[in-house]
Order: sequence, then structure tokens, then C-alpha cells
Amino acid sequence: MGFPEEVLEHVFSFITSHTDRNVVSLVCKSWYEIERWCRRRIFVGNCYAVSPAMMIRRFPEVRSVELKGKPHFADFNLVPDGWGGYFYPWICEMARAYPWLEEIKLKRMVVTDDNLELISKSFKNFKVLVLSSCEGFSTHGLAAIAANCRNLRELDLRESEVEDLSGHWLSHFPDSCTSLQSLNMSCLSSEVSFSALQRLIARSPNLKTLRLNRAVPLEKLSTLLRRAPQLVELGTGAYSAEIRPDVYANLTEAFSRCKEVKGLSGFWDVLPSYLPAIYSVCSRLTSLNLSYATIQSPDVTKIITQCPNLQSLSVLDYIEDTGLNALSLSCKDLRELRVFPSDPFVANANVSLTEQGLVAVSEGCSKLQSVLYFCRQMSNSALTTIAKNRPNLTCFRLCILEPRAPDYLTFEPLDVGFGAIVEHCKQLQRLSLSGLLTDRVFEYIGKWAKKLEMLSIAFAGDSDLGLHHVLSGCDSLRKLEIRDCPFGDKALLANVSKLETMRSLWMSSCSVSLGACKRLSQKMPRLNVEVIDEQGDLDSRPDNCHVEKLYIYRTVAGPRFDMPSFIRTMDQNPTYRS
Amino acid sequence: MSTGTSELTAAGGGFHFDEIELTLGLPGDSRERKCGRKRMFSEMVDLKLGSSENPETDESDCGCSESDSRKSPSKEQVIGWPPVRSYRKNTINNNCKYVKVAVDGAPYLRKVDLKSCTSYQQLLRVFDEMFSCFKIYNVLNEKKLMDHGNRLEHVPTYEDKDGDWMLVGDVPWKMFVESCKRIRLMKSSEAITQLGIYNAHLL
Repeated sequence: MGFPEEVLEHVFSFITSHTDRNVVSLVCKSWYEIERWCRRRIFVGNCYAVSPAMMIRRFPEVRSVELKGKPHFADFNLVPDGWGGYFYPWICEMARAYPWLEEIKLKRMVVTDDNLELISKSFKNFKVLVLSSCEGFSTHGLAAIAANCRNLRELDLRESEVEDLSGHWLSHFPDSCTSLQSLNMSCLSSEVSFSALQRLIARSPNLKTLRLNRAVPLEKLSTLLRRAPQLVELGTGAYSAEIRPDVYANLTEAFSRCKEVKGLSGFWDVLPSYLPAIYSVCSRLTSLNLSYATIQSPDVTKIITQCPNLQSLSVLDYIEDTGLNALSLSCKDLRELRVFPSDPFVANANVSLTEQGLVAVSEGCSKLQSVLYFCRQMSNSALTTIAKNRPNLTCFRLCILEPRAPDYLTFEPLDVGFGAIVEHCKQLQRLSLSGLLTDRVFEYIGKWAKKLEMLSIAFAGDSDLGLHHVLSGCDSLRKLEIRDCPFGDKALLANVSKLETMRSLWMSSCSVSLGACKRLSQKMPRLNVEVIDEQGDLDSRPDNCHVEKLYIYRTVAGPRFDMPSFIRTMDQNPTYRS
Repeated sequence: MSTGTSELTAAGGGFHFDEIELTLGLPGDSRERKCGRKRMFSEMVDLKLGSSENPETDESDCGCSESDSRKSPSKEQVIGWPPVRSYRKNTINNNCKYVKVAVDGAPYLRKVDLKSCTSYQQLLRVFDEMFSCFKIYNVLNEKKLMDHGNRLEHVPTYEDKDGDWMLVGDVPWKMFVESCKRIRLMKSSEAITQLGIYNAHLL
């Protein structure tokens, strides 16, 4: 092509998706070169797949870096402490190499206060910090960010585990900081200085997203709202106060002034009497997260029936089938539904939420794409109905609380039901299975789920054949996580090359032997085969013993060296490492 | 009267005083209780999270029917199942405490979340809303919610951790929330005899 570089660069600037940019870089050498110099955003789905040095060497002019660390099952305490996912090596190199870095987004990584301080002092134009499900830092680190990042636009701590020493960090935002557009501090427990918060909000005219923490009292919410009528996303603090007419009136009036609010969240400790205060914004809501609100079905229903534009709803199972029925009639634009369990550890249903609720929503909400549903009973017929109603599903995560629960009507496995899901929902990208399942369901998945990228399996299957169906059939599979399934060596060793086409495979409490892990590692040098065994010395174990946990991922960075003693990377060559 | 969140007893009948006696299961229910496993589960998970909560005294079994909490665990505990994030688990477990509220004369029970109220006053107002056809006596001795007349008055009483029936209002609010297991709005005539309330003139 005879185009000058500048033209190509300009064209490439319109290509933003990571996959597309990767494809562009493969066209020819010159395109590779041009592309790598003008790539501004990097996404590393597994922080151990590549080293910071490699990233920097190839992409010298990056402005935004997104990294993911621990495997997804870390969310459920299946990944032991000390596993890894440290941000440290990345920030050390980036601080030196990317002085113009503007954005850092991390998920499931270990970040320290020193790391945060280094961020705050290394990047003059730093704008966006998102720490999703991260840990290892305290409010001191946040103080450094607040104090030193002059142009901070976004600080989002969603669901991170922060050592909350005090709320004083917020007061470190200087008076000159007026650039804030998004603040999510909902995961923090300490009370921040209300006057500091109020002043910060008042001097941030572009503030669009504000997610408060539980400690911000309801009586004071109206004061904040009055200073930010331009808010688009609001997360309340605790939603309970003494029943006082003046508080109620102020709150109602403040909400009625928020003409731009499209999303609401928060709602801890809800006192239902105060809920009508939000009614004036309901008609504009596209997103509503009531998943911490322990309110009963009638109160939930009263709200959602006033939200005809709702696209995303997160709620507790207190909504019950009746509430979901109302949802299916009122919210015709619904795209995403997440129903969480109010009491997950009780066997008997504490609420009247069954498969019928989900069936109703699948019938009434024609745009429904994404489902996360916790319930206590399911049937093949319900699943088949859902599948036929909603072939446009892209994400289907069903969690029947009791492991290996069969179809409650026929007592059969739920193979046919999930089979219907993968057969009809041809665009399905994410699937989580539960209930009683045999190898048959995996046969269906391997046959039909050609677009499936992420699959979560628990307490399912009969034999290696199940895993083999998945590995050999799911063409688009990137992430596979398995726990407590009778899958062993055969399927893994028969599909070694598949593993290099995937980001990662997690297997815990399965039947994979140590010997197979070693053989796998020897066959596939570009995989890290990591065995986690908290019981004791792996070196003295016989090859035929089953490993506790196994994490396999492709990498160009070789084995990692930041592991605790109970994690070992299987050697690439036959001799033991000392 | 709002009948929204009526919580029917499993027996489908009214609330009787002797039904609060220790039972191994609700009438007609033969399934094995697994409720006790909740505490064991929390213990396993909470150990990891460094919680100092003593599982033996954890009585805030919100959502769990009262007879369940006395059964010992019958199943092996499973780590990481169901797949609910600790953040969410901790929040949900801590922020609600639903207790049953029975009113003498009403055919069904209600449930109220004690943690959604911040004071006795608030709680009584919630009762007012829930049971608006009954008149609830304000034990805090504030302005009475109704006149003397011929109408029924109900006195709020509760069963505490030790199984004793107490008059609502004596102990600090937080202590009450902690120790309250269920509430009964007793007819005042019965209250006088049952609870031996001497200051009958207050009624």
C-alpha cells in the first residue's frame, strides 16, 4: 500500500477494539510497526501472559492499561491467599516508561499503598483509576491519589477490599481539583468528612457518577443531590433514617431535581417508607441495583412497575415470582437481569422464587440478553421454554443452590434443559451450569455452543468424556473453570493444543494427576501449568496422586517466580527444579 | 389494610402461643433440616475473612425460620458454594434481621426487618402501618396512638434469646435488636395477666 504512515495512523485511530487492532497488526510488517506506535489502549486479560517489559517494548506510547490478575474463582474463596496477581512489577516499569499514562484499570489484583503512591507521583496527566475486586491497599493509598492526581477524572473502587483506616482520605482532594467525573467509594466502610464530600461535589461540575458508601446517612443525601443535579449515576448510602416528614420532603424534592439520573444503586438498610422519594426518577431509569436492599416483593414491585425504560436490574430473590412477573409486564426494554440469593445457606426456600419467575421474564422481555439467576429449583421444561423464548441470550448463568439438584418435576438430570439453551441461543458467550448434569450436557455444549467464550462448571459430569466434548467442540472457548467434577487426565492430554487457544483453564477438586500435569507441561512449553496444593510438599508426592487445584494458562513470559511455596509451575523439561 | 408481605406460617393457621415451643420441624414437613449448616458455612468462610463472629451465638438468622436454627448441620460444608462473593455475603448477612410479628386476632403473621429501624418509635410506626386496623399501645409512654374507648389495644412484647417474653422498650434499642427473636402484639387484657404489668393505668 502506498499510503503514507500518517494516513494509516489516522485510519487506525478509528479502530478501537483490541481484537481488531491485533488483526490489523498482523497484516504486514509495516502495519505492525505503525500500529504498535499508535496503540493507546492495552488490555491484558491475564497479567502473567506477558511481562511488563514485553508490553512496553512493543507498545511505547500507551495511555491506558487494563490488567486482570486472579482467576475468576478467587471471588468465591477458591484461590488461596498469596496466589499472586501483584501490580508491583507493572507499576515499576510503567512509571519509568509511560510518563503520559492516563488510565489504569485493574481487576483482581494485589495493589499496595506504595503502588498507589507511585501512580500518583509518576503520571502528570493521570485521569482514571479503576480498582475492581482488588486488595492489598488502605485508605492511605487513596489519600495519595486524591492529593497528587491533579487531573483526576475517575476513581472507582468497585468491590475492592480496602483496609479502611479512616475516612480522612477524601479530605486530601485539593480545593483546586475540579475535574472529577466519577467517584465510586461504595465498598468503603468508614465515614468520610461530610463537609469535605459536600465541597468536593460542589466544585466538580462534571460529576456524573457518584456512588456513596453505606456510612453516608440518608438525612444528608438531599444536601449532596442538590449540589449535583447533573448526576447520571447515583449510589445512595444507607437508605434508612428516623421517619421525619422534613427529611422525607427534602429527599423527594432533591430527587425530583435530578433530571439526568439514569442509574440508581446503593440502598443498604432500606426503610420502605422512604422509597417513594425516588419515584420521580423512575421513569428515566435504565439501570437499577437493589441487590443490597432487603425489601419485600410488594415494595420492589412498586418501584419497578414505574420504570418502563429499565434495561438492567439487579435484585435479591425477595422479588419473588410475583415481582418478576410484574417486571416482565412493565419493563419491556430489559436487557440484563441478576437475581441474588437473600439467604444462600438455607436449604429450604425462604422466599417464593422459583423457575417460574425467570420463565415469565423470558416471555415478556424480548430484549433480554444476560441472566444471572440464583434459585432453588429448576426443570428441563422451564429451561427449554426459556431457550425458545430468548434465542438472543448472550449470557446465561444459572445457580441452583443445592449442588447436583435434579429436575424437580421429573428428577432427571438437567442435561436436556441446558442443551436447549445452547442449541437455541446461538450467540451465547457465557454459560454457568448447575444442578444434576451428566456427560450428556457437555455433548450438547460441544455440539452447539460454538460462540461460547466462558464456561463455568461445578459438581457435574460423569467422566473425562464430558471435558473432552467441551475442549474439542467449543470453538470460541477462552476461559474454562471447573470445580468438583470427575474430570481427569485423559481429556486434558487429548486436547493439549486447545489449551493454547484459550486464556486459561482452572480445575479444582477434580481427578487430574500430578503426572499428567507434568506431561502436559512438557508437551506445551507455552503453557504455564501451575499446581496448587496446600497440603504439603509436592516434590514428595507420587505422580498418580490427584492435584488439589490446577491453573493452566498460555503465556509468552515463561514461568512466574512470585508464587508461594504451595504453588508450583510444572517443569518444562523432565529434570526437577530445586 | 395492606396485606402485601403477609408471611403465612407453614401450617397455614393462626399463631398460637404453644407453637413457639421447641419443635424439630414444622408440621407436615419431613425434609431434613439443613439450616444449621448456614452457621458452619459462615464459620468456614468467616475464618478466611478473619471474622471474629462466634458461630455458636450467631442468632441473626435472618430469613431462616426459627425452628431451623436449632438443628445441627447434616451435610458436609462446601467452600465457595453457592458462588456468592464474600462482599455480598457479608453485606446481606449483616444488614437485615427479619423477625416474625404476630398480632393477637390476625390470622397471619408479618415480618419486619429490625435493622431497617433505628429506634423503638420507628418500629412502632412500622407496626402502625402494617396493622393499621389494630391499635398498638406505645410502651414508651408517649402520646397514645388511640383513645381509651372500647377499642382493642395491643401491647408489643417480644421473645428474647433466653426464650423469655419481655415488654418491648425496656432495654436500649441496639440490645433489643440483638436479642429479639420474635414479636407478639398481645391483647392488653392478656398482657396484664401474662406479663404482670402493675401500672395498669398506663393501659
